[in-house]
Amino acid sequence: MFKIVKKEQLSDNMYRVTFHAPLVARKAQPGQFLMFRVDEFGERMPITISYYDREAGDVTVIMQKVGSTTALLASMNEGDYVADVVGPLGNPAEFDDMHKVIVVGGGSGCAIAWPQAKEANARGCEVDIIAGFRSKNIVVLEDEMRACCRNLYMMTDDGTYGEKGFVTVKLKELLEQAKAEGKQYDHCICIGPLPMMKFVCEITKEYGVATMVDMNCIMIDGSGMCGGCRLTVDGKMKFTCVDGPEFDGHLVDFDEAIARSKIYEEQEQKVFQRRHHYCNLQAMADAEAANRKEEQ
Amino acid sequence: MANMSPKKNAIPEQEPTVRNKNFDEVALGYTVELALDEAARCLHCKNPACMTGCPVNVKIPDFIALICQQDFKGAYKKILEDSSLPAICGRVCPQEKQCESKCVRGIKGEPVGIGRLERFVADWTMQNADEMPEKVPSNGHRVAVIGSGPSGLACASDLAKLGYEVTVYEHFHKAGGVLAYGIPEFRLPKALVQKEIDKLAALGVNIVCDATVGKCLTIDELLSNDPDVGGYEAVFVGSGAGLPKFQKIPGLSYCGVFSANEFLTRINLMHAYDERYDTPLMPIHKVAVVGAGNVAMDAARCAKRLGADVTVVYRRGEEEIPARKEEYEHAKEEEINFHLLCNPVEVLADEKGWVRGLKCIQMELGEPDEKGRRKPIEVPGSEFEMECDSVIMALGTSPNPLLRKVTPDMEYNEKGGIVADENGVTTKPGVFAGGDAVTGSATVIKAMGAGKKAAAAIDKYIKSK
Repeated sequence: MFKIVKKEQLSDNMYRVTFHAPLVARKAQPGQFLMFRVDEFGERMPITISYYDREAGDVTVIMQKVGSTTALLASMNEGDYVADVVGPLGNPAEFDDMHKVIVVGGGSGCAIAWPQAKEANARGCEVDIIAGFRSKNIVVLEDEMRACCRNLYMMTDDGTYGEKGFVTVKLKELLEQAKAEGKQYDHCICIGPLPMMKFVCEITKEYGVATMVDMNCIMIDGSGMCGGCRLTVDGKMKFTCVDGPEFDGHLVDFDEAIARSKIYEEQEQKVFQRRHHYCNLQAMADAEAANRKEEQ
Repeated sequence: MANMSPKKNAIPEQEPTVRNKNFDEVALGYTVELALDEAARCLHCKNPACMTGCPVNVKIPDFIALICQQDFKGAYKKILEDSSLPAICGRVCPQEKQCESKCVRGIKGEPVGIGRLERFVADWTMQNADEMPEKVPSNGHRVAVIGSGPSGLACASDLAKLGYEVTVYEHFHKAGGVLAYGIPEFRLPKALVQKEIDKLAALGVNIVCDATVGKCLTIDELLSNDPDVGGYEAVFVGSGAGLPKFQKIPGLSYCGVFSANEFLTRINLMHAYDERYDTPLMPIHKVAVVGAGNVAMDAARCAKRLGADVTVVYRRGEEEIPARKEEYEHAKEEEINFHLLCNPVEVLADEKGWVRGLKCIQMELGEPDEKGRRKPIEVPGSEFEMECDSVIMALGTSPNPLLRKVTPDMEYNEKGGIVADENGVTTKPGVFAGGDAVTGSATVIKAMGAGKKAAAAIDKYIKSK
């Protein structure tokens, strides 16, 4: 059992959760992930480690409430215990030969992009960040991101915060500008939804900017045993858990990864309904009670 | 007077058309009467050939003699002198290739049902006279075991009985290794595996799950003086052969292609067939299982139990099927189809990337290869398409590279296995290894035997220091 030592809600659907997991904390490095299981009936869920405190033996993850498991974790409180936390898994991110870096984060991907931007910044790189969100209500980590870069460009799809538009629009603009100034970025670190990473890679390829993407695939064991997280990189089969999770974005077959990411969509819906049935009823009851109060 | 019946007593089983819809154990085990009748078939040879067929040389005629005397617990204890996991080995050992293949009764008729008798005494003892082992006073020496599969469990158990303070590190959330994630419930009930783990804990063995040696810890750290994680005088590596092999054909990334490891882990360890668990499994209706080893049979029989129409695709013929005969027979009884002399050449998918079929080619057997197995050769122009919505690749596994990556100062063979002698001694001082991590995928009993030998070698090593 692993204790939740800290939990806070960052936005409508984003949470920061700190587990006490000394074995994970002692070796964790930026770019690595852990797997957790909420209880005996839970699935094994991979999630990137945002930061760690080796002294305290704590590891922190930032997650978006998207499915049943993340919703369960979001419903837990400080002092509660999850059944399992195992890691650090995967390879650390590489920062060698990075000097001028453009970091592109999309939605919850910003939670993973930020620690990498922080690490690149700490190693003396010039870092600019483009952070894209669907809407203002899910914006997170703005201050943290601003603190580790020269320029932070906040984008929202609906224009409710920062500039209106997709990250790709801003990226193209910045790459064009850097090209004109004769000082192109040497690396792009891109983390976000698969379609976003795909389009970012298409643009950076055009400008010849090496791009690292962080792949979040469906996995069970996280140690190379099941092969469920396989993807095609440069025509070769790779396992995200042991060969990644970071890959050269220009070589990843995104269309295949997108198709594979949807394998369990239907089943996950069912699990969600079963697990959160009571919660939904409770939510309805709460809403009704609130309505009544208002009427009074 | 020996029972001279040429046939061994059949083991009561669930009816095939009933059991292929549930995950309960297939074989129900001998009754006392059947066990006594079967034990009476043993001739108690002066030079028991059966023992030479057993990888750990269980004193087979002796334990059978005790069954004849109705001392079932005594028989169990006799097996325990050489084996750590009788209830498990009695179920999953390929006896027809080991002890029973050497039994003189097999020359004219069927051999004595040694495996069934082993299982009987283990089950009888667990049900009627089970006792938890007691912790042996510590000898002050500490040993770390990596992996909680058959070799790790056997090694830890023997060391604990000698007074060593043993810690077992396991990556998964549940101990047991392949016994937990690989072999299905209907062949090896998980309660039995748990019982063995509980016994280990009663012996004082500390089992640490969620600990991936190679990632959160290294072998060098375990052997170091680090006050938090070190302090072990020896390390046993029983990390198994966990890496799945995929056939090199187009279409492996389509939705609906699994490694047998993934499919079985979802079902066995993660209980995808049990509604209370969250683990998803995509709906499967028509399944092609590629390969015909024990793992392929397990995958095929699990898929059948989930309601699918299952076909095993194997490139050689019936004679060459590597699975235990019993598993193959069981699979056939359970209405699993076999498409022999047939090899996949491509996985076919619909426009969304979901599997819709498997393109195969007919094979014929040519000259025997260096191992004496006849080599399958493609029949030109014989390609055909098989309709299916999932493909399970059960083509064997190779040792996991996680430990290798962080332990470069140990010797490995070209297949990635750890180089170790017959006692499990590796090229790295203080490090011992056994089971599939050394041999590549083999059997539970061989791994258990290797764990026991390594325990003896570790004892000798530490005492000579």
